[in-house]
Amino acid sequence: MALKIVKGSIDRMFDKNLQDLVRGIRNHKEDEAKYISTCIDEIKQELKQDNIAVKANAVCKLTYLQMLGYDVSWAAFNIVEVMSSSKFTYKRIGYLAASQCFHESTDVIMLTTNQIRKDLSSPNQYDTGVALTGLSCFVTPDLARDLANDIMTLVSHGDCVKRKRCSVLIMYKVFLKYPESLRPAFPRLKEKLEDPDPGVQSAAVNVICELARRNPKNYLSLAPLFFKLMTSSTNNWVLIKIIKLFGALTPLEPRLGKKLIEPLTNLIHSTSAMSLLYECVNTVIAGQYCSSVGSVVLCVQKLRILIEDSDQNLKYLGLLAMSKILKTHPKSVQSHKDLILQCLDDKDESIRLRALDLLYGMVSKKNLMEIVKKLMLHVDKAEGTTYRDELLTKIIDICSQSNYQYITNFEWSVSQPVTPHPPGISVSWWTIRVFAVAQMATLLDNAHLLTGSMQRNGICEVLYAAAWICGEFSEHLENPLQTLEAMLRPKVATLPGHIQAVYVQNAAKLFATVLKSQEGNTDSTTAQETSQLMIDRLPLFVQSANLEVQERASCILQLVKYIQKLQQKDVEVAEEVIALFAGELNPVAPKAQKKVPVPEGLDLDAWINEPPSESESEDEQPKAIFAKEEPKHSRPRHTEVDEKELARRREARKQEQANNPFYIKASPSSQKVYQDAPGVEHIPVVQIDLSVPLKVPGLPMSDQYVKLEEERRQKERAEKKKKEKKKRKEKRSGRGKKHDSGPESEEDITPAHMVDIVTEEMPENALPSDDDDKDPNDPHKILSLHFFGPFQVVVSVIFENKCDSFLKSMEFNVLDSLNSKLQRPEGSGPHDGLTVPFQLPPGVSNEARFVFTVQSIVMPQKLKGTLTFIVKDSSTHEKLDFKLHFTCTSYLITTPCYSDAFAKLLESGDLKGSSVRLEGVNMPFHHLLARICFHHHFSVVERIDSCASMYSRSIQGHHVCLLVKTSGQTVSIDAKCDEPTLLGNVLDEIKQTFSQC
Amino acid sequence: MIKFVLMVNRQGQTRLSRYYQPVELSRRAALEADVVRCCLTRKKDQCSFVEYKDFKLVYRQYAALYIVVGVTDTENELSIYELVHNFVEVLDKYFSRVLCFVSQQSELDIMFNLDRVHIILDEMIQNGHIVETNKSRILAPLTALDKMADG
Repeated sequence: MALKIVKGSIDRMFDKNLQDLVRGIRNHKEDEAKYISTCIDEIKQELKQDNIAVKANAVCKLTYLQMLGYDVSWAAFNIVEVMSSSKFTYKRIGYLAASQCFHESTDVIMLTTNQIRKDLSSPNQYDTGVALTGLSCFVTPDLARDLANDIMTLVSHGDCVKRKRCSVLIMYKVFLKYPESLRPAFPRLKEKLEDPDPGVQSAAVNVICELARRNPKNYLSLAPLFFKLMTSSTNNWVLIKIIKLFGALTPLEPRLGKKLIEPLTNLIHSTSAMSLLYECVNTVIAGQYCSSVGSVVLCVQKLRILIEDSDQNLKYLGLLAMSKILKTHPKSVQSHKDLILQCLDDKDESIRLRALDLLYGMVSKKNLMEIVKKLMLHVDKAEGTTYRDELLTKIIDICSQSNYQYITNFEWSVSQPVTPHPPGISVSWWTIRVFAVAQMATLLDNAHLLTGSMQRNGICEVLYAAAWICGEFSEHLENPLQTLEAMLRPKVATLPGHIQAVYVQNAAKLFATVLKSQEGNTDSTTAQETSQLMIDRLPLFVQSANLEVQERASCILQLVKYIQKLQQKDVEVAEEVIALFAGELNPVAPKAQKKVPVPEGLDLDAWINEPPSESESEDEQPKAIFAKEEPKHSRPRHTEVDEKELARRREARKQEQANNPFYIKASPSSQKVYQDAPGVEHIPVVQIDLSVPLKVPGLPMSDQYVKLEEERRQKERAEKKKKEKKKRKEKRSGRGKKHDSGPESEEDITPAHMVDIVTEEMPENALPSDDDDKDPNDPHKILSLHFFGPFQVVVSVIFENKCDSFLKSMEFNVLDSLNSKLQRPEGSGPHDGLTVPFQLPPGVSNEARFVFTVQSIVMPQKLKGTLTFIVKDSSTHEKLDFKLHFTCTSYLITTPCYSDAFAKLLESGDLKGSSVRLEGVNMPFHHLLARICFHHHFSVVERIDSCASMYSRSIQGHHVCLLVKTSGQTVSIDAKCDEPTLLGNVLDEIKQTFSQC
Repeated sequence: MIKFVLMVNRQGQTRLSRYYQPVELSRRAALEADVVRCCLTRKKDQCSFVEYKDFKLVYRQYAALYIVVGVTDTENELSIYELVHNFVEVLDKYFSRVLCFVSQQSELDIMFNLDRVHIILDEMIQNGHIVETNKSRILAPLTALDKMADG
């Protein structure tokens, strides 16, 4: 026996320890993999020995190799062996290895339960320490369940401060894995907040902060305790945590905000720790504290100091925080424009990008030109393509923000070489067409100078637009022939195919214009020369590899040849050629498509054909539809068709579009029609009579009416309350002697069409496009004509008189919030009420509509309002208070989504995640899904057993994806959305729906 | 919350890694390589915070060693930045008997004493939370351990 031990220790002397291994690896740089594999063989041998010291040494080396990325899961059992060694020096190596290598699915973990329990109750504080540390890394639901009690004992009875601290912290992990333990453990956790030891205290703060972040509501009651801690603690790390916690609590309890603002501003003034200052500023910005303007000013001042600091880290964080203020208080940030523009010169790219983000939000009508000018300077000197691309994208974003609402000087905008979507602008802003056309002609003329460098960075897209504008509005050109020549230069063939196609098509339009002007002359040879020019140049395009170019070119070539023949016979052809391209393209409201009334008896949700699984899935992308549509539009124009035939086809196309469910649903991109597809001249919506009411009461056929079910219900609830109050009021005034009209539940459920939200409703003054050449010189007129800023929500309110007196002079008023405002007629103040346009005899109900403008849809809104009215007989003024609840859900639109598109969306990485757990939901899974679909406007993408993916889209195009899983009575929803705030609120609302049932 | 702590040298080799949220072993190598590339390519005059996928990286460079901490979006960057320095100061204090931290030797120190560095880290960060920042309290268990080994 003794000999064996001696032999073992001699062997050990020849074993490698960790240091030898590290040195060895460094000395075998060339054949590292081979060296390590021999080492692993040695370790395997060592692990087979009985000597625990040898095993511990081997496990120690394995920990190192694991860190280098080698799989050591095969040694899991040996790790457990070392963990259970009685000697602490070995035990800790075992636990370290376990904490690095074990994960939930490691099966040997269940062998460790008893060992860990023994270590937890060990009198040696170090044993307990390593056990707790290890456990925090590999705790499984089973371990959490089995050991929860032992840990709780440590929390309350542990005599050693350090053990207490660790065990408090590990409680959080236990709660996560075994949520049932939270309720019994919570009182003890709360006690620890007042523990005399700061370490234990801070551990408790940490745990509660994490818990509160998931579900702040339950922790509101602890606010006074935390308030005391905040004013007494001196540990900055703990303070930061507490302030974070308050940040999560204040949205639930606005009074907290008022109470906190003072200590927070004190901290901002007094602290020297930048991290604490930053946290305070962040919380003040994010919280509801913003009601006090003073604190915002203070924050902005402090942030300015951070940004001016030479430390890049502070500068970056300052800009980051500034962009958060920008969302709520754009004015206070705008005054620091100079500073932010300075940051564009910074050496650090991430700082420059932050500054760019800020600029986007700071743009106003006044400073747009200046900012863009500065940015253009930076584009010129920018190094590195990523930054330059970002700059260009930002410039385009800035200009096109809210449909060009900030651009007051369109002539300037058109002269910028990178102007976004000139076709969009020049269609909408027809007064500047003449100017635009002249600009674009020059651009085309000089295209050869630009093409080389342009092609690389994608600015050549502007040529696409230029060509289209010149063709479409060719009558404004000064010298169409010259432009025509420019467009047919051989060099054009080097441009990308889609641009060439536009060139060819628009060359034909130009040709028509040129012919017309030339035929007026007596000399017919010039006209023939023009035809010859076309015939000479077009074959180049006929040979193009791009099908679109080839097709268009050969059509037009044949047409021109035919024209030439006619010309030789001295036939006047210009009129007929012009007729090919007749018809002016006028601006179309972005949402105009939506306004097409749905024909009676048409069920948009029904499949016309059974959906083929894969092949058609891209059809739901609106773009693809239009791309497909394009040839259809352009082809008829090449053949000579009489008006009748054209009209018939147009009718047929309209019919087809009306029958195509995708076409209707693609409404958000009706805007794209005139921006992207130059050939689409006869967008059917132009002919719509806009005086027709936008929504058809009693005809809730399209899903856009049904989608608002939930919103309506909520409104109704508010209404009911209102009515109830009204009843009571009436009674009190001694008028309502009559019997009560029955309990609340008896009230009729109002039909679905009563409340509609029409996003981006057509403004009052958006005239049918045929009339829009009235008063062309009034710039304000033009600006208001196509202003689609914040969108509008129409709320229908049903007033029902339940008393037996006549009510008149009703006035409806709502206290506006920053986000939602009641639209009042021009000239009235922001607090004036709106007169309800009718009187109410007893027992009669009537409906009135009110329009609200809503800035942001990511937050739910509750608006307080009052209704004042006069009871006719007594002539007394009465008042009724009510609340209007705008949920986030109501901004979601049920949008179908195919599973591959859904997967792509999730893979894109642009979406932020969040999750929620619902307990005690006692309903079949399909009921649950139906409920989410119905109340929250989702559609099921895919369902597999007790797991389903769902999708919805907000009216602003945010994607909301859900993954709903159920096991027993617990439902977990993992959600992703590109707007975390919106997601959080939608999830809260879903939770609410299920807590009510 | 802290997601992970990495120590890497200028060649991008991992010298210490600690994960506070489980990451599969197979994905660790790729993640580490990507994270390290993000940080190493940045110049000295750039700030120490990087937005990386859905979380943030806070890194600091000490001679040949980089310390990279991955934190969730809600974490205060500056406090982590200061924590990293605190950690380095503790390491410096413990290994000072050999050499000051800011040298080539320090890399070897850490590799040779990986388990001890882990003990220090565990004293400071638990479950992804900062628990202790007092230097002597952090080192107390380690000194006790050294005494045990010597005795």
